[in-house]
Amino acid sequence: MAEPILSVRDLHTEFVANEGIIRAVDGVSFDVFQGRTLGVVGESGCGKSVTARSILGIVERPGRVTGGQIILRPADGPPVDLLKLPAKAMRDIRGPEIALVFQEPMASFSQYYTIGNQIMEGIRLHLGLSRRAARDRAIELLDMVGVPQPSRRVDEYPFQLSGGLRQRVMIAMALSCDPRVLIADEPTTALDVTTQAQILDLLRDLQQKQGLALILITHDMGVIAEMAHDVAVMYLGRAVETGPVGEIFSAPRHPYTRALLRSIPTVLAKPRTRLPTIEGSIPHPSNRPTGCAYHPRCLEIIDERCRAQEPPETGAATTRIRCFLHGGAA
Amino acid sequence: MITFIVRRLLLGLFTVWLISMLAFAIIQLPPGDFVDSYIANLAAGGASVSADEANAMRKLYGMGQPIYVQYGKWIVRVVAGDLGESMEWRRPVAEVIGDRIWLTLLLSFAALLVTWGLALPIGIFSAVRQYSVADYIFTLIGFIGIAVPNFLLALIILYAAFRYLGLSVGGLFSAEYALAPWTWDKVKDLSWHLPLPAMILALSGTAQLIRIMRANLLDELRKPYVVTARAKGLSEMRTILKYPVRAALNPFASNIAYLFPYLVSGSIIISIVLGLPTVGPLLVRALIAQDVYLGGAIVLLLGVLTVIGTFISDLVLMWVDPRLRHQMD
Ligand SMILES: Nc1ncnc2c1ncn2[C@@H]1O[C@H](COP(=O)(O)OP(=O)(O)OP(=O)(O)O)[C@@H](O)[C@H]1O
Ligand SMILES: [Mg+2]
Repeated sequence: MAEPILSVRDLHTEFVANEGIIRAVDGVSFDVFQGRTLGVVGESGCGKSVTARSILGIVERPGRVTGGQIILRPADGPPVDLLKLPAKAMRDIRGPEIALVFQEPMASFSQYYTIGNQIMEGIRLHLGLSRRAARDRAIELLDMVGVPQPSRRVDEYPFQLSGGLRQRVMIAMALSCDPRVLIADEPTTALDVTTQAQILDLLRDLQQKQGLALILITHDMGVIAEMAHDVAVMYLGRAVETGPVGEIFSAPRHPYTRALLRSIPTVLAKPRTRLPTIEGSIPHPSNRPTGCAYHPRCLEIIDERCRAQEPPETGAATTRIRCFLHGGAA
Repeated sequence: MITFIVRRLLLGLFTVWLISMLAFAIIQLPPGDFVDSYIANLAAGGASVSADEANAMRKLYGMGQPIYVQYGKWIVRVVAGDLGESMEWRRPVAEVIGDRIWLTLLLSFAALLVTWGLALPIGIFSAVRQYSVADYIFTLIGFIGIAVPNFLLALIILYAAFRYLGLSVGGLFSAEYALAPWTWDKVKDLSWHLPLPAMILALSGTAQLIRIMRANLLDELRKPYVVTARAKGLSEMRTILKYPVRAALNPFASNIAYLFPYLVSGSIIISIVLGLPTVGPLLVRALIAQDVYLGGAIVLLLGVLTVIGTFISDLVLMWVDPRLRHQMD
């Protein structure tokens, strides 16, 4: 396989809070390749959004990236570690190299400016286009993401659009500077089911046409099955299992991955039976369990080792796992 | 949108009408009719009024006729610009008020500018640098500003200026311009005298506004659209000024009207302390001396100005808030 566009290695992001230091991201590693979709999946609060923000360098106070590497391989030039870039250079990455689509299309737009204004801003800043040219490009982009009557819509405000259209506009805005990596942070959770499917179709389409590297964040294994080439399963700030979708769905190895897969509703399931859910609830990152963070909920816990030691990352280059069931003997 | 403006306009007119009744009620308040007390007042001053003159006046004011006729006659004259006669000054009310109403407006407006000019940048700075040393210092100054009554501050400044600088800082004009007709030099003189009272008047409002702006902006800074702006690669400065500050400013547009009566009533004591030629001291004296036409006229004028201010801030709010604008279509 070609070299990844973006490699995240052992990323750590912390928040300083009253109850102590919250390790929201605690050693995540994964690779993203051109033209492929990496699905990042995990329960609420496991650090998916914070990972996305860490990659863009926009973690807000009191959060701070405290360790790791984020290696971007630009089209031309040598790889750069984004964590070592000066602020100005990092701003030039946001938009033209890596762009973000957010969870809540309503709250993620300002209600005081037209969507055209908000799309054109990045275009003018990064591509240096004139107001006119930027406007033309904004209309083109709206057309590309399937917004009807783009030349009229461009002058409307976000609150005048439906949720689905807003998310399309958000995607247009993210693509406005031709990024090579697109991070979509739960782009469909705020939408109804039909619209969800449409937005996912749109993302897949755009990815194929433009050869984007897509990081799709979700907590829905079904979406992963449909969209992703590779998966990173996150638990409490870590990637516990990563690998190609086919392998992980046919032979999940980490107990957490298995539990997640069991909780997908299937057409074959008996009606009116309860879906299996994962026992217990996710601990808050501020009181992470000792040893393997999943051990209090794990159904396949082996021995004291799981409680006392953290399982190291093992496995081949493409399929990696953190679990004592699969190597990492002490 | 047009219907909204028209509706606001009608509502404003209705309010003005209510205020006019209030002003009229003030005029009717003292026992006995106005002409009686006017004559008594004149007599006390040594002048006398003939019975014919008294009757003519009674007729003019509609005395002895039903109250609504009296109100009608009064309001017609007011609309025509005749605000009645000031008992204390023995001159037409319009003449007594004269420039004072404009100077009051000017002072209030200047205080508003000072308030915004100081409070907005400081509030923004305090929010962006929350819990920094500077934030704490501004917070402290702010609380002092809220706690110290501004007339006390006025007294202290008067005293200090007189004691240590040998200056007399009262008034809005130097002695030689106070009664002079308007000239460029008089305007220049005014612009020298205006900032100090404006600043004293602005103090507590500024302190409050800093708190409001800081709280608003802290709220807005946490909103997802700020992250969106950052993710576009905008500089931090541009991100903050274009998005959250814009949103945090919105409530201020609706505050213009609210601030105006507050500034006017706040300025009464300051005007007395600093000897400013505004309507505040005039109103107080008129009320004490039962100078009914003067008092009624001032209440009426201030009320009308407030209604106009409210109307203007409605328009401003509509102009700055696209949601409001579109809701109405
Ligand atoms: N501004 C912040 N201050 C303190 N803690 C934070 C902050 N932002 C996130 N966290 C913590 O980081 C952890 C991970 O949050 P994150 O938003 O990345 O979760 P997520 O995986 O995206 O969840 P969801 O599926 O609900 O979006 C959470 O436990 C949260 O408490
Ligand atoms: Mg999230």
